[in-house]
Amino acid sequence: MTVTRRNRGKLSPARLGPRDVLHVGAAGLRSRPVRVVLSSLGIAIGIATMIAVVGISASSQAQLLRKLDALGTNMLVVTPGEEMFSGQDTKLPETAPGMVGQIKGVEQVGATGDVDHSARRSEKIDEDETNGITVKAAQGKLLETLRGTMRSGSWLNEATGRYPSVVLGHVTARRLGVTEPGQQVFIGGRYFTVTGILDPLPLAPEIERSALVGWDAAEQYLGFDGHPTSVYERSADGTVDAVRELLAPTVNPENPQAVAVTDPSAALQAKAATEGAFSTLLLGLGGIALLVGGVGVANTMIISVLERRHEIGLRRSLGATKGQIRVQFVAESLLLSGLGGLAGVALGAAATAVYASSGGMPWVVPPWAVGGGFGATLVIGTIAGLYPAVRAAHLSPTLALQTA
Amino acid sequence: MSTHEGLIGSAATSAATSTSASSSASASVRTVVELHGVTKEYAGGVAALRGVDLTVAEGELLGIVGPSGSGKSTLLHIVGTLDRPTAGSVAIAGHDISRLSDRALSALRAQHIGFVFQSFHLVSGVSARDNVAEGLLYSGLSRAERSRRAAEALDRVGLGDRMKHRPHELSGGQKQRVAIARAVVGEPDLLLADEPTGALDSASGEAVMALLHDLNQDGATIAVITHDTEIAARLPRQVRIRDGQVVADVGNAPVSDVGNEPMSDGTRCVAP
Ligand SMILES: Nc1ncnc2c1ncn2[C@@H]1O[C@H](COP(=O)(O)OP(=O)(O)OP(=O)(O)O)[C@@H](O)[C@H]1O
Ligand SMILES: [Mg+2]
Repeated sequence: MTVTRRNRGKLSPARLGPRDVLHVGAAGLRSRPVRVVLSSLGIAIGIATMIAVVGISASSQAQLLRKLDALGTNMLVVTPGEEMFSGQDTKLPETAPGMVGQIKGVEQVGATGDVDHSARRSEKIDEDETNGITVKAAQGKLLETLRGTMRSGSWLNEATGRYPSVVLGHVTARRLGVTEPGQQVFIGGRYFTVTGILDPLPLAPEIERSALVGWDAAEQYLGFDGHPTSVYERSADGTVDAVRELLAPTVNPENPQAVAVTDPSAALQAKAATEGAFSTLLLGLGGIALLVGGVGVANTMIISVLERRHEIGLRRSLGATKGQIRVQFVAESLLLSGLGGLAGVALGAAATAVYASSGGMPWVVPPWAVGGGFGATLVIGTIAGLYPAVRAAHLSPTLALQTA
Repeated sequence: MSTHEGLIGSAATSAATSTSASSSASASVRTVVELHGVTKEYAGGVAALRGVDLTVAEGELLGIVGPSGSGKSTLLHIVGTLDRPTAGSVAIAGHDISRLSDRALSALRAQHIGFVFQSFHLVSGVSARDNVAEGLLYSGLSRAERSRRAAEALDRVGLGDRMKHRPHELSGGQKQRVAIARAVVGEPDLLLADEPTGALDSASGEAVMALLHDLNQDGATIAVITHDTEIAARLPRQVRIRDGQVVADVGNAPVSDVGNEPMSDGTRCVAP
């Protein structure tokens, strides 16, 4: 007997190319579309939650930053500080606004002075019912300095500033029930005609709650002493720090400690920072959904391996190595969770878009969140697929082929 | 494998109840399968095979027959390297499988062995051509080449006009011919079929067997398990198995093989 031991070189299995891996990995999915959708749903919900949580807080933050940009961070407010020794409230000199205007870099100056009267809708209402509203005298370019806008009517001018006219902050108008210019407000024993109502002023909430009368009118009709309580100034961006140093000594050279300087945008900046910090609780919920989704994928994969015993046996008989069977099922699991991840990213981005557009916010989905979320699904897909894949690879080919 | 070689092969060894008869064959005939004292015991003490010796030369067409539970499938699995024997030696296409790793066995199957099953095992929802191309997936050939060869193989089994049909659009016999195309598309040295006609009506079974005869004429080495005595009778060589042992290994005169008249002792002379 001639046994020709022809050695045809080493027996080594051929490699499966990436396209072939994708092909075998997708083979099990193509035939069961409904199952694919259902089992990747968990992952999709998890990723969508996480993307939406991060996206919504990023959008809110972006909106605040945009607002801050519009309002500017170059406005400072000068107010009386505490007298060091007596603890009494001090007053700013009458000349304060003019002196602030002299400082190099200062572009706009405005001032308000508190008037000791309440604003009421009519004389029949008790004087002590202030509604939290203060009456202030306004001077200079207050509106420009605050970058404020009128909701209706017009700002005080040379003429109206001398007569009993008043401009209301939007909170004041709401509390007094004033809806349009031309209506009257009772201040200090006489009626003032409303000439305008302001839009919200995020940098000066105290003015939102004020009734503003002209400087001269306040002195003439309301016994105002002419001392400003707040001086608002806006300077060129690069000069803010230098101006801040000079404000107190300029306003009160003898007693700079009796002057306080604040930056109203600082509070908004701090708020923007906290808006950016998303809710870890919601993120955690998304994480749990993701985990449950991963378990769902693992479950589907185990069933898939059980159902496709014949296919596994067939592939082994066609020459697939254990490794190639493993790769096939890990690829299938990755595809399953990857599809869920993609759907989740799309869903989360869409939810963010809906929220952002309903709140007039810019639509922001941070790329790191998308990358991180998708990366997480791939890790979960690998872990979920590994055990079923190892089981599939260890299936005896003869048992797998048995027609039972 | 050329047609000529195939004929010599079947003539040279089909006679052999004794291995000595085939040793007179020309040195150019390769041995594809060589089993010595192969035993297979399953857990629980079932001895499915008990000392089987079997030699199959290139170009043979043999039937493996025997009662249910006699060990035919077990034998085919061991010859097909899907399973390892408990004892004994197995050499397939010149490779001693006891010395091969699982990876190497996979490569051996990919390059040298084709399987046909009673229940076809086609991938549902996938065209006939793609099902056949799947037979080359682990061969390392390019996608385009696999598809081209799959079309050729389908033509070869007479299904050139059914390339795009999916399994549920094919008859049982056609499905089995697709499965055969998948098994032979890689031009294996050995084609193993476990009751390929078992799930078919007699007409379809005839067609499948005719195809196997055809492939054998073209040089393929084929081992077929069958329960059908009529089918078995028409095969050039029959190996009878009972209780895990080879009880007979007889050669028949091939029906259409005019050039090789059987000799008086049942051994045919070798065509020069
Ligand atoms: N995985 C297994 N574990 C245990 N015993 C097995 C296993 N596979 C087969 N057997 C036993 O081995 C013996 C031979 O089985 P085999 O499948 O080879 O028979 P067969 O000749 O192919 O029968 P049939 O014609 O019915 O297909 C039987 O007794 C069977 O019960
Ligand atoms: Mg059997």
